[in-house]
Amino acid sequence: MSDQAVATHETMDHEHLKKGAPILAVKKLKRYFDVSAPWLNRVLEGQPKQILKAVDGIDFEIKAGETFSLVGESGCGKSTVAKLIVGLHGPSSGSIEFEGRDIAGLSRTEMAPIRRRLQMIFQDPYASLNPRWKVRDIIAEPIRAFGLAKNEDAVSDRVGELLTQVGLSPVDGEKYPHEFSGGQRQRISIARALASEPDFLVCDEPTSALDVSVQAQILNLMRDLQKELGLTYLFISHNLAVVCHVSDRVGVMYLGRLAEVAPSKTLFSRPRHPYTRMLLDTIPDLEMTGRERMPVGGEVPNPITPPPGCAFHPRCPFANERCKTERPEPKAIGDGAIVACHGVEERRVPDDPIMGKVAVPEGLGA
Amino acid sequence: MSNHLLEVRNLRIEFPTRKGILTAIDDVSFHIDEGEVLGVVGESGAGKSLTGAAIIGLLEPPGRVAGGEILLEGRRIDNLPYEEMRRIRGRQIGAIFQDPLTSLNPLYTVGRQLTETIMTHTDMTPTKARERAIEMLTQVGIPAPERRVDQYPHQFSGGMRQRVVIALALCVNPRLVVADEPTTALDVSIQAQIIALLKKLCREHGTAVMLVTHDMGVIAETADRVAVMYAGRIAEIGPVKQVVKQAKHPYTEGLMGSIPMIGHTDEKLRQIEGSMPRLTNIPTGCAFNPRCPKAFDRCFRERPDTIPVDGTEVACWLFDKETANV
Repeated sequence: MSDQAVATHETMDHEHLKKGAPILAVKKLKRYFDVSAPWLNRVLEGQPKQILKAVDGIDFEIKAGETFSLVGESGCGKSTVAKLIVGLHGPSSGSIEFEGRDIAGLSRTEMAPIRRRLQMIFQDPYASLNPRWKVRDIIAEPIRAFGLAKNEDAVSDRVGELLTQVGLSPVDGEKYPHEFSGGQRQRISIARALASEPDFLVCDEPTSALDVSVQAQILNLMRDLQKELGLTYLFISHNLAVVCHVSDRVGVMYLGRLAEVAPSKTLFSRPRHPYTRMLLDTIPDLEMTGRERMPVGGEVPNPITPPPGCAFHPRCPFANERCKTERPEPKAIGDGAIVACHGVEERRVPDDPIMGKVAVPEGLGA
Repeated sequence: MSNHLLEVRNLRIEFPTRKGILTAIDDVSFHIDEGEVLGVVGESGAGKSLTGAAIIGLLEPPGRVAGGEILLEGRRIDNLPYEEMRRIRGRQIGAIFQDPLTSLNPLYTVGRQLTETIMTHTDMTPTKARERAIEMLTQVGIPAPERRVDQYPHQFSGGMRQRVVIALALCVNPRLVVADEPTTALDVSIQAQIIALLKKLCREHGTAVMLVTHDMGVIAETADRVAVMYAGRIAEIGPVKQVVKQAKHPYTEGLMGSIPMIGHTDEKLRQIEGSMPRLTNIPTGCAFNPRCPKAFDRCFRERPDTIPVDGTEVACWLFDKETANV
């Protein structure tokens, strides 16, 4: 079976690796979690059910060969999206189309060939590698599981090749994960993700646990691999500078919804949504211009009881009555940007990128 | 002779282990003046937190100060008995740690923790101390402080908790605050708020700050001077603008180049090959030599001390007169 499978996958690869065709399309994707107290407590204490809307209706498309990033603060639902796409969570509603086929409701066996092509790199390289396995077994597991090599010799050749590809040496396969530094472990995670010859990699904060000099190594490696293998990335991060560096297009998430989706260049040169501007304004200034930053006040609200209307309105200096009652829907506004904001739509929000003067952070003002 | 607020001279911290003595900090010297913010930056394991811990006298055994001295206002504080150090800590040196959840006691109200600190270090009456606690909470920007003062840490969000920790560190007007990664556990928008707050309060109170972080951006915004640490030693120390904009040490240069920045998208990031050596096998000569693109024979033989070069001090043989032209 395995040889045949390999052959069909290869022909499929070539068909779909044309740059520009959407490889993944997410439509009206929702994922709710029930975070209620246990049944008995609810009955005795008369508490209602509590639903956490981690992802609440988002749409985006990722084209083959591009890097699409999701950025946002903790609790905005970006990691939940990653898990939904690789199938670690099932969606509450909506669809995830991989090459035009909805993969949301597939059974395990139906999902298996797709899972080979859809791999994930996790944040913490200390937790995502089995400490009792040798590195070569960690990397060989997907090769064996998907039957991608004819025999054991081919498996170990392939493992050696993968290790070389990520900048380690084939002899490192004989070691255990604890013998490696954080950056080297992340390289092993990448080698494992590449072992099944995927087209699409979901990278959930792949460099957040690493030091900057090591982060640069991993980001450069990911970029080289993308060129070499024609990979498509969904990149998840809270670090805007990293996102700016790696992405072709960026989606900004706030409380389970997309506030703005735009090509990276547009988003960073001309951010539209007030939340995007606020995020950009929080980036420390390495150019040492002496610019006084005025951070926006307030914090991300509790996602169990999000504010009505636009979820960002309590922190937004441009909010009016409409923002408090009516939820804005994402609308295309040219330059390839999609923004969910009444203010932008009504042209209430000035185009001036600095919003600091308007927003006096809570407690920092007079 | 010294009018520096804090002076660290040739500090050496060792950890005795079964395999021999590990030197985690080796011959580190720097000073902090009154009201000054000194940033200490470096990668994990560079020894920046250990240096901070040694200054506040909270080195965890078996770690110990094996050499050098730490002077606060000209007085040695590294060899004081525990009780005496306890009185200095809090009164003269405040501390802010990374995780606000672990630095607050979950069983006591925020107000009780503040009043206890205030009453330990001053002779205020309980009523006065409570007033002072509410005043501090107002200063750090906690809304409705009269109500919040009687709440427990779990009722505060992460950013608010870090504000409480700052209030706790500043409530008795210490001369120096050691802030160890104060914003690392926080979201970016909260991080910006906390940095602005720390900067504003320290300026108002004239408090000096030793800001330990791995985030060069935070340092660039906040610090007056910066010390770059590598493998337990200072690689470069100087005014923040010079170090950030015209880094001299090859390590600082590489570190700055490896930070992704908005607006520089197309080129590859500069990367420093390899990783920091383990304490068990620090190379002879300059500890950075295996990763240094400019290393020459002297770097492998002799260990450089910091050399003054226009305003900054750099521990690199490239700047020594004898070898400058190599």
